Amino acid sequence: MSVIILLLIASLSIATLFLGAFLWSVRHQQFDDEFSPPRRILFDEPVPATNPDPQPENKK
Amino acid sequence: MQIEKFYYDNKTVKWFAYAVLFWSIVGMLAGLWAAIALYYPPMNLGLPATTFGRMRPVHTNAVIFAFVGNGIFMGVYYSLQRLCKARMFNDTLSKIHFWGWQLIIVAGAITLWAGKTSGKEYAELEWPIDIAITLVWVIFGVNMFGTILKRRESHLYVAIWFYIATWVTVAMLHIVNSIELPVTMWKSYSWYAGVQDALVQWWYGHNAVAFFLTTPYLGLMYYFLPKAANRPIYSYRLSIIHFWALIFIYIWAGPHHLLYTSLPDWAQSLGVVFSIMLIAPSWGGMLNGLFTLRGAWDKVKEDPVLKFLVVAITCYGMATFEGPMLALKNVNAISHFTDWTIAHVHVGALGWNGFLTFGVLYWLIPKMWNTPLYSKKLAGTHFWIGTIGIVLYVVPLYWAGFTQSMMWKTFTEEGQLKFQFLETVTHILPMYVTRSLGGTLYLIGAIIMVYNLRKTILHGSFIANEAAEAPALPAKVETHGKQHWHRWIERRPMQMLVFSLIAVAIGGVLELIPTFLVKSNIPTISSVKPYTPLELQGRDIYVREGCYLCHSQMVRPFRDEVARYGEYSKAGEFVYDHPFQWGSKRTGPDLARIGGKYPDSWHYNHMLDPQSMSPGSIMPSYGWLLDNNIDTGSTAAKIRAMQTMGVPYPAGYAEQANADLVRQAAGIRATLKTDKISTGGTKEILALIAYLQRVGQDIKMPQASLPKADNQTFSGSDSNSQQGVAGKPKAAPKEQMAASNKDGQSVMGN
Repeated sequence: MSVIILLLIASLSIATLFLGAFLWSVRHQQFDDEFSPPRRILFDEPVPATNPDPQPENKK
Repeated sequence: MQIEKFYYDNKTVKWFAYAVLFWSIVGMLAGLWAAIALYYPPMNLGLPATTFGRMRPVHTNAVIFAFVGNGIFMGVYYSLQRLCKARMFNDTLSKIHFWGWQLIIVAGAITLWAGKTSGKEYAELEWPIDIAITLVWVIFGVNMFGTILKRRESHLYVAIWFYIATWVTVAMLHIVNSIELPVTMWKSYSWYAGVQDALVQWWYGHNAVAFFLTTPYLGLMYYFLPKAANRPIYSYRLSIIHFWALIFIYIWAGPHHLLYTSLPDWAQSLGVVFSIMLIAPSWGGMLNGLFTLRGAWDKVKEDPVLKFLVVAITCYGMATFEGPMLALKNVNAISHFTDWTIAHVHVGALGWNGFLTFGVLYWLIPKMWNTPLYSKKLAGTHFWIGTIGIVLYVVPLYWAGFTQSMMWKTFTEEGQLKFQFLETVTHILPMYVTRSLGGTLYLIGAIIMVYNLRKTILHGSFIANEAAEAPALPAKVETHGKQHWHRWIERRPMQMLVFSLIAVAIGGVLELIPTFLVKSNIPTISSVKPYTPLELQGRDIYVREGCYLCHSQMVRPFRDEVARYGEYSKAGEFVYDHPFQWGSKRTGPDLARIGGKYPDSWHYNHMLDPQSMSPGSIMPSYGWLLDNNIDTGSTAAKIRAMQTMGVPYPAGYAEQANADLVRQAAGIRATLKTDKISTGGTKEILALIAYLQRVGQDIKMPQASLPKADNQTFSGSDSNSQQGVAGKPKAAPKEQMAASNKDGQSVMGN
């Protein structure tokens, strides 16, 4: 059952990574505002409207 | 603040969308094929590539990695750009990612049809493809994280967190589970053996469900559901909480796939506990999705996109409630190895993944082609056909699973098993028919969708680069307004700790683990010996033909299983099994104690024409095993590979292995001859018979014989010692069948 050690190391390092990500996100005030982010994603439509409709010069 | 102008890349999204449409049909066709083969064996066509054992992995790989995989990428490439207010990091990487992934899928399908498989469910692809997957996954990661780094929106919307967790975890799962020793270009052995291999495999398998079929799709739900309903998610706080809870808990639930097996009890219990805990975060996601639509159900009535999403989320809720229930040991005792599991996964696959993908497609394609959907009505038709398809698929299989399990466990008043295994199979065939009808409906729905979307595309004009603008992200200023001087240092030990832990982990994996594993391969049951060269070749044929997809090799410690198959399985029996072959489904009977149960000639005839030995059997015939020669050129390499992994063949044995192989094959030929069957010297059938006659024999014969290639003595006497199946003598198979049919008839009526 020594493979358990491998799985524990793998799982724990992932968990540690996630923990780090969680701490990072909390410290960077990712979750301080629970109001605007869910609403903001609804509003990317108007932006293209400010551009003229024909195909933009674009890179491609 | 300066407003920047940029363009979203829709082209990559378009490619992935086309791939989703294409592979959905291919994957479902393969599934339908396999489903029909279960009640209509001629569907196997007598060709190696089209037998159930090969079609089934083609189906699972196609729907998981091709259909859902491309669905993930389609959704991520679309939503990530908009959430980050940035074009994808690098167009070339997008291109490599797309074509690389399609190439992997095609290579996967071809190799699986050709029988190149590692023999581990949902990780069947052989080592060159495993490496390719790793590379493409890294490219995807670079592209994704690059986009995140150059984003113009500082807040990472919850969907992005789901994508990140998906990427990180799938990378780890894939690498750990795919550690294998290549023998030839298309053949490798899992580095782990037996119980250890099983644990790694289901740790992977379960988390593949979690991090390939669930977290990315939850991310998609959190983007596309609010967009489609045009209202914010019900509770953003809930989405964050359930995200972190979900990813921390999921990792530990894997062992619930191995309840009552030879896995140590404590590991099983650990898996159960975490599985039960999973209800909370899973339902957090489901409720959050459904509550988003509160007060908007009138919209759901009209909008096909929302219809699909609602059913998808509901199915997610049902599957994630059922999952923990199935992880309870007492429920698992009934459900495991039956069609119940298949029904369960299809609630998730057809409902959650399928319908969510359809919903996203119906929303995305009109958007990118700047035109309304060609026909709402057809989409509605698709919705209803698909929903009825799911019900018709799932309900019969629940019924079949429960019925079969109950039949397996039924004893007569005299204390004997009431049903032959075959009776329990033929009894549920009508359910298999209905299931394939459900699958057909679902497929028809998908075809209607392809037509509808094609028409939509023809009417619209594609916006390859969608203009957008957003202010640039302030370049790394303020961080915290009130930055104390010590906070900066304070944060460093934390980072140090994290990085050092990761470093230690990697070091540990690279240095310690292989040693550990090799050491632990030393047998714990002294009578358990390595396979002879012929048996090893036979085992590889067993893996190649996908026998494990219908036959388990794991007798659980239940009265009925011990009575039916023999002594329950012990962990120490599997120490030389690279890979393990416990299986997860008993479409046919368990084979853990098959060795010595039937004469060689029975196996020979059974492989040639299963129905001749077991009338009514749904097993395909394997005629080509009688024609093909064993690949003796690989024997030495295989033995050496096994030695590398700690299997105790004597030094230098690889060179004489073929001599032993031929000798043992000659022995089997001789016994076949006594039954008037003559066969060529090194036909594959001989290897397979040798292997089947060996399985489960080690702990049956305490007279610890030599490990080497002496013949496997399945002389009648020792085979009788174990297998008094419910008092039924080891009669000639035909008689046995006839007898069983007689007493079977009466019970099958009720």
